[in-house]
Amino acid sequence: MSGQPRLVEVRRKVLKHNDIVADELRGRFAAAGIFVVSLVSSPGSGKTAFLERTLFRMRERFRVAALVGDLATENDCARLARAGAPVRQITTGTVCHLDADMVDKALNGWDLGALDFLFIENVGNLVCPSSYDLGENLRLVLISVTEGEDKPLKYPTIFHTADLAAITKIDLATAVEFDSAAAIRNIQSVRPGMKVLELSAKTSQGMDEWFAVLESKLARSVQASG
Amino acid sequence: MHELSIALSIIEGAQEEAERQGNAQIEAVYLRLGPLAGVVREALTFAYDLACEGTALHGSRLVIVDVPITFFCAECAVERTPISVQNMSCPVCGTPAAQVLTGAELEICALELQT
Repeated sequence: MSGQPRLVEVRRKVLKHNDIVADELRGRFAAAGIFVVSLVSSPGSGKTAFLERTLFRMRERFRVAALVGDLATENDCARLARAGAPVRQITTGTVCHLDADMVDKALNGWDLGALDFLFIENVGNLVCPSSYDLGENLRLVLISVTEGEDKPLKYPTIFHTADLAAITKIDLATAVEFDSAAAIRNIQSVRPGMKVLELSAKTSQGMDEWFAVLESKLARSVQASG
Repeated sequence: MHELSIALSIIEGAQEEAERQGNAQIEAVYLRLGPLAGVVREALTFAYDLACEGTALHGSRLVIVDVPITFFCAECAVERTPISVQNMSCPVCGTPAAQVLTGAELEICALELQT
């Protein structure tokens, strides 16, 4: 015979395992003096073109590498390798996001000490990646002008977990009647105070500001760990 | 749709905690969930029942305890809940909620065990 059920208080984060692995990664990144940026966006917002341009330019002065997450295919990896930086693909199969374990596994055998920047391109998805800490130092959320100004209001959580936002394909803004001011207002409403970049990987408009952000972040993190 | 993997993590976590309680049968799992956790409540409830099948938690309930978003409003000098997830500002004075105190919770807070 069973008695009355009893209620036991516990305190346990559901993603405890991921958080532990992410913290370990963060520690390794700090020890190696490397600055890690993750990119999140919808499919087709221009993450890969943006990353290609970033790797190409940054590798003139820094040691850069990238991990690229995708459900299937290694096309992005092949495309990014053209920028001349080491790139590894993480194929997630049916999983809609990267987690810290996948990043940890993908880094196996890589000498982090030989890098200044590591970029992690998440699977194109504005929902699921928001729950998973990858140990990154900066999470950049991208929206393209073709997606509409209200994207931040529709997917507030991912904007809330991000540190920096970028509006991509800004060269198409006029053609698609994109209202930049409204988009920035929406981002600010969801995530007050977050810096927003407006850029185009194609024309390089606004890319220098992005590179300046990266450089200042690296300088600050090296200073903090030194 | 990552709620299934979240549900599997909940089950795993609950089982580990129950083991510490002498492997008692779990009747219900209480989950603190904030709007900023990135989890859709209905999808999670659905995924939970599915994920419990064939485990010791089969037939158990998932009780979701909502955690509001809160932030410290410097203008009002008091903790507030912002107007909405889309409008993260003070409902009284309109000051933006730069730093949230709560709202991203995704944690097991209690287990109902059969004695």
